[in-house]
Amino acid sequence: MQVTLRIRRFNPEKDAQPWWGEYKFEAEPTDRLLDALNHVKWHLDGTLTYRRSCAHGVCGSDAMQINGRNGLACKMVLKNLGEKITVEPLPGFRVIKDLLVDMDVFFARYRAIKPYFITHSPEPEKERLQSVEDREKFDDTTKCILCGACTSSCPSYWVNPEYVGPAAIVNAHRFIFDSRDEGKEERLAVLNATEGVWRCRTIFNCVEACPRGINVTRAIGEVKKALLYRKT
Amino acid sequence: MVHRYDALIIGAGGAGLMAAMQLYPHGQVAVISKLYPTRSHTGAAQGGIGAALGNLEEDHWEWHMFDTVKGSDYLADQDAVEILCREAIETVYDLEHWGLPFSRTPEGKIAQRPFGGHTREFGKAPVRRSCYAADRTGHMILQTMYQQCLKNQVHFFDEYHVLDLLIEQGRCAGVVAFCLATGELHTFHAKAVIFATGGFGRVYKVTSNAHALTGDGMGVVYRRGIPLEDMEFFQFHPTGIYKMGILLSEAARGEGAILRNRNGERFMERYAPTLLDLAPRDMVSRAIYREIREGRGIDGKNYVHLDMTHLGREVLDVKLPDITGFVRTYLGLEPAKELIPVQPTAHYAMGGIPTDNDGRVVIDEKNTPLPGLYAAGETACVSVHGANRLGTNSLVDILVFGRRSGRHAARFIKENDLPPLSENPEDRARETINKLLNSKGSERAADIRETLQTEMMDKASVFRDAGTLTAMREKLKEIRDRYERVKIEDRGAKYNTELMEVFELGVLIDLSDVLVECALARKESRGAHFREDFPKRDDANFLKHSLAYLGPNGIEIAYKPVKITKFQPMERKY
Repeated sequence: MQVTLRIRRFNPEKDAQPWWGEYKFEAEPTDRLLDALNHVKWHLDGTLTYRRSCAHGVCGSDAMQINGRNGLACKMVLKNLGEKITVEPLPGFRVIKDLLVDMDVFFARYRAIKPYFITHSPEPEKERLQSVEDREKFDDTTKCILCGACTSSCPSYWVNPEYVGPAAIVNAHRFIFDSRDEGKEERLAVLNATEGVWRCRTIFNCVEACPRGINVTRAIGEVKKALLYRKT
Repeated sequence: MVHRYDALIIGAGGAGLMAAMQLYPHGQVAVISKLYPTRSHTGAAQGGIGAALGNLEEDHWEWHMFDTVKGSDYLADQDAVEILCREAIETVYDLEHWGLPFSRTPEGKIAQRPFGGHTREFGKAPVRRSCYAADRTGHMILQTMYQQCLKNQVHFFDEYHVLDLLIEQGRCAGVVAFCLATGELHTFHAKAVIFATGGFGRVYKVTSNAHALTGDGMGVVYRRGIPLEDMEFFQFHPTGIYKMGILLSEAARGEGAILRNRNGERFMERYAPTLLDLAPRDMVSRAIYREIREGRGIDGKNYVHLDMTHLGREVLDVKLPDITGFVRTYLGLEPAKELIPVQPTAHYAMGGIPTDNDGRVVIDEKNTPLPGLYAAGETACVSVHGANRLGTNSLVDILVFGRRSGRHAARFIKENDLPPLSENPEDRARETINKLLNSKGSERAADIRETLQTEMMDKASVFRDAGTLTAMREKLKEIRDRYERVKIEDRGAKYNTELMEVFELGVLIDLSDVLVECALARKESRGAHFREDFPKRDDANFLKHSLAYLGPNGIEIAYKPVKITKFQPMERKY
């Protein structure tokens, strides 16, 4: 099929303003959008810049805005995107070069919710036991690959970048609902603060954006409930 | 710019992060990665980590050791394999204690499932040994390790691409890295350096490996005169998605999936009557190629079918959700109802930077260590995988030997001072970069890479012989010549990813040279290295590891003996 990629370009060393690059070429309908971006970089314009690695939706490098929606370029197949495809960097994140954005703020918000297993009780000789049912309670949120698609899609984050954002809450949920973890109170305190979970207005953009199919808004709702019914 | 650390870890996958976890309490430590750590390819591992926990049935590390040695076609060093299989058990418990969300048995223990080549009682029948978290075990390992590093405030240099290794007066003195954000070179001066930079599947056209897997670590040390071990052994995983190479885990066959040819026949019955579809990967990949050659590929094309239609929704959605998703996304097929086109996909380098059992890099046939230099994971060759790695053992390797190299380096940095540093340590890296940036050539790197990958797939993959390998050697001369005339369009400083891709291509060419020369020299068939002109294993002449050096007149190959302790070489049948 003939495709036309419209890519929002910006080179900080050359451009005062972003501009649109248009690239027309033949591609297989089953190609990934990432394959098409590689085609542009490898055969049409070597300066096109973006991040990529695994090319099958598990490493989280190539989140971007595709036809107005956030997603991973390597999880989008051309035949589902139409002949004219518009590609832009993730909204709400500072653009560094072309489709490559500053992820530092995103990872700082992630670190704020203490995204690591916290226990005080002594370790058993073998594994800690956990029932199949307890393991299931946080299964959805273990899938997060930190691509940034959800946080970048969130209007509450656009107006207030101090908000921890959906990705950080998803990762907090992964620990708060893990029966083995003992850091629940510390994490809930962070999420109860001004820039925590209450900034969420239940807009559901994050659910639509998540390339891993995580029900982000439900996870946020469960964290809100945990705060409301917390024994203090 | 010069940074000083006690220890540096290059690469932020499972091996690197495990090493960091051992080192952080003992000094100033930094992890340098060309990616954000969570993008590392450990995260793509699916099926599980092998450890004889015995949670569902009787199992012993000795059985795991036997399977690993037999799987390696007796080329693995058995003292190292013993360490691997013994320490696998405590390592898995460590991960659980760090919060890794394993799937669970009804009693709440870590869940385990069968995997290729893993058996009970020395080969009698498959055993449930692979500890898993659905089919995203690697993702959980990578996330858990990164989380623990954050908890312990390990320092990271994200998006720094290491270009050169510094050796001063017989000691490792650090590395030189290219900062992607600014285009500046940084010298990292350190007492100890651990390379944990992964494999180089990108030498082949069809691969399960990430774009980033270009073997940089191996290339950088090789260019400094350190040998590479057993590079002729490259594993092709039997079930990559046709044409794309995306991995469909062996866990699918562990859960009961079956390979079928154009007649619908379960052809593994003819190749491995006991283990069937769960035979080791080298054998299954060869069986698929044979079926295709003999006209039993689907529609006469070069693929076969993976049949998951009888597994049921529950197994697909709960135990294999990610690969089920890959099939739906990339093929538009429903695995509960339709057959999946698969072909062998370049997956894993058994060879790499030679190390001893503490991860110390050893630089000759006598296993002399180079003080301060370590390697772990796929980039290293201990050797625990020999001529063919068993499924799940890559995750065991990165964790067990990541841990051992970190622990040894922790002692090393206490007992040693910083080595001297030459006056202009960045010179060589700068020369490499400037040469590429000032190139006036007209050859597109992508075209050169395409030729390299297609030719390697054709001439140096599952089947080889003197004819194909000699032809590849000639092709590589052409390819190298074209690389001298490579063109670069991006001459900017900030995030010049084109420049780094061209650097990576240079490494891929070097490693292809090594692979082809070692494959030509090994006139036998063993594990993943199958010579059609020498189809039998030849223990009398080739029960030995190859070591390839970059000498003044090109590649020089030497050999060192295999360490055999418990299991004498036998014919390998499944």
